[in-house]
Amino acid sequence: MDLFATIVVDGLIYAGWLFIVSVGLTLVFGVLNILNIAHGSLYAIGAYASASLVGAYFAAGGDAFPYGSYAALILAAVLVAVVLGPLLERGLLKYFYGRDEVLNVLVTYAVFLILEDVMKLIWGVNPYFVYEPYTLLGDVEIGPLFYVGYDFAVIAAAIIVGLAVWLTLNRTQIGKVVLAVIHDAEMSQTMGVNVQRIYLGAFTAGAFLAALGGALTAPMISVTPGLGANVIIVAFAVVIIGGLGSVPGAAIGALMVGISRAASVHLLPEAELFIVYFVMAIVLVFRPEGLFAKTKARKI
Amino acid sequence: MKKTGIYGALSAVGLAAGLAGSAAAQEDTFKIGIITFLSGQAAESFGVPALNGGKLLIDMMNKGDALPAPYNTKGFGGMNIEYVVVDEAGGATKQVQEFRNLVQREEVDAVLGYVSSGDCLAVPPVADELKAFTILYDCGTPRVFEDGKFEYVFRTAAHATMDNISLARYLKSRNFDVPTYAGLNQDYAFGQDSWADFTASMTQIYPDAVIKTALFPKFGAGQYGTEISALLREKPALVHSSNWGGDLQGFLIQATARGLDKRSQLVLSAGDHVIPQLQDKMPDGIFLGARGVNGLAAYARGGELKELTDTMWDAYEAEYGVFPVQAPFRMWQALFGLKTAVEKAMADNGGKKPNDEELVAAMKGLEWDAPSGHIEMALADGHQAIQPNAIGTTKWNADAGKMELVDVEYYAARCVNPPEGTKAADWIAQGFPGAECD
Repeated sequence: MDLFATIVVDGLIYAGWLFIVSVGLTLVFGVLNILNIAHGSLYAIGAYASASLVGAYFAAGGDAFPYGSYAALILAAVLVAVVLGPLLERGLLKYFYGRDEVLNVLVTYAVFLILEDVMKLIWGVNPYFVYEPYTLLGDVEIGPLFYVGYDFAVIAAAIIVGLAVWLTLNRTQIGKVVLAVIHDAEMSQTMGVNVQRIYLGAFTAGAFLAALGGALTAPMISVTPGLGANVIIVAFAVVIIGGLGSVPGAAIGALMVGISRAASVHLLPEAELFIVYFVMAIVLVFRPEGLFAKTKARKI
Repeated sequence: MKKTGIYGALSAVGLAAGLAGSAAAQEDTFKIGIITFLSGQAAESFGVPALNGGKLLIDMMNKGDALPAPYNTKGFGGMNIEYVVVDEAGGATKQVQEFRNLVQREEVDAVLGYVSSGDCLAVPPVADELKAFTILYDCGTPRVFEDGKFEYVFRTAAHATMDNISLARYLKSRNFDVPTYAGLNQDYAFGQDSWADFTASMTQIYPDAVIKTALFPKFGAGQYGTEISALLREKPALVHSSNWGGDLQGFLIQATARGLDKRSQLVLSAGDHVIPQLQDKMPDGIFLGARGVNGLAAYARGGELKELTDTMWDAYEAEYGVFPVQAPFRMWQALFGLKTAVEKAMADNGGKKPNDEELVAAMKGLEWDAPSGHIEMALADGHQAIQPNAIGTTKWNADAGKMELVDVEYYAARCVNPPEGTKAADWIAQGFPGAECD
């Protein structure tokens, strides 16, 4: 397997994970116009919830059918979204719609800090493991290298998530309504659209995607406090490259970050951290609004 | 007026009595300010186990008869030990403020703390400014006393240089062939310093070994797929890592799933603390350090410290349901050292509670025994400890259902620590002159 192919495979694996983590962030911004820093916490809670649920699954005799643990991973993400999505959106964020964007960033940052402590209260500081799903799918041999089958399952999950979000927005009735709200919320409301419900649905969907990212990551790591902080930074880089609010942009951004990072690790390891933000800076020089965000006239 | 006068007199008497009682109580107790990570990534690996070990040992010391000689006397010289705990999370600026609070408001008799090297570099100047007796119990950077000189500050654990010198010596003693090697270390001071110490030691011990790649994923990266591909492609004979905590656990889970441990020898300079979490998911055959004769290496050692080690080991397992790893061992050696220093100072001052200056005089150049071995304050004019170290090989005992350390090699303190007056990096670069190895 030559170096180029290794870089592409490694880049795709990383990009798949990155896209799942980022697409919810860009969806929430696109609909609610909120840069949700608490997205990182929802990711971490997804990881904790899946670790707990999969652990409970195996403790309840799940060894007889270990593949059921994948359903537990997804169920964990659903539970997190159903509980925390409405709680945060209805209980807090709706009071800040129409306010300054910076204020919304500060509000979600406060939520991020609160949820970090909530996680410690619920799960403590000790790590959680659920590595069973990680090894269930066996190995994939590509040239002289072994990859874990689960890594390719994450790529598949990213493609499914991307298609589902894109098709929902562009090929369904509800998607058209959401796009109308994105385009002009006030006008949509005058046309009879229940904008509050769209906001609730979009935020809950974003929460699900964040939690799904955490849930799918949990089997390959040890779930420990502080998980969300590292993720939100790189997710921001992805959505800024792609353009805030753009689903295809998140996909392209994830691919650019994934491939460039993989190339750096293999060819110039010292630049691994630098390369992600270098790519972001280059994109912003030529497209300050990101690759796929449409330039809009500002409302006065 | 008269009434007020009587009340005033009574109040004054009461206040005086209270102050006298308070003063007497202060003379009967020795108050320690303990600072360690209770939150953040280092809490699970280092902070919480260390605090658990510290609380356990203080309780045992206060009982007076729970420990073998010479530690079978109550508290510190008969004084009951009290403690207040502060979370180390929040960065060096916050810790400097917390340190002032402990000394000036809480009026602790000694401060004992700091896992983070950044905190260990920030606090000593303030300790000297406040003339507050302070023990650094855990952090690894050699810079504290190599770049600075402090009167009231002591570090009771060896600095991190010995971790990687010991690994290189272990490879040689096992006749391990190292034509090539690589590293994966966290991208911050400890990871960078550990790799520098390891490569410098390898240059001396394996001068022909070639570095294939040096990877520094960011702290808390979690995802190591690309790095593992790079290591698999490069096929080094061994992979060195000083990773710890969740980063090490994540790396091991992903590396073993892709067979890295079968292609390259994994050597981990500080990795013992992930065994309780990973259990049989920790691969067999890893060359493992614990930043001292700590954890499984101490348990396997036997010898004259066996009774003390077993006493602490059994008590910790009974209390917390898990065996003690490196962090509680470092806390124990600090507390045993503090007890020895306080009692030495009291022997010198006629049995009174010692002040900071008397503690400093007693601690300088002190030697004492701990479960991690014989500790000597041999460097930095008696302010920096040296201690023995050990490296072993992991082996899962399926029958007992627990991880064991086999083929353990123990290194004398003066074999893996530089002599007084020599910087660690210089000592390695010069080929370890004066090293006293068996």
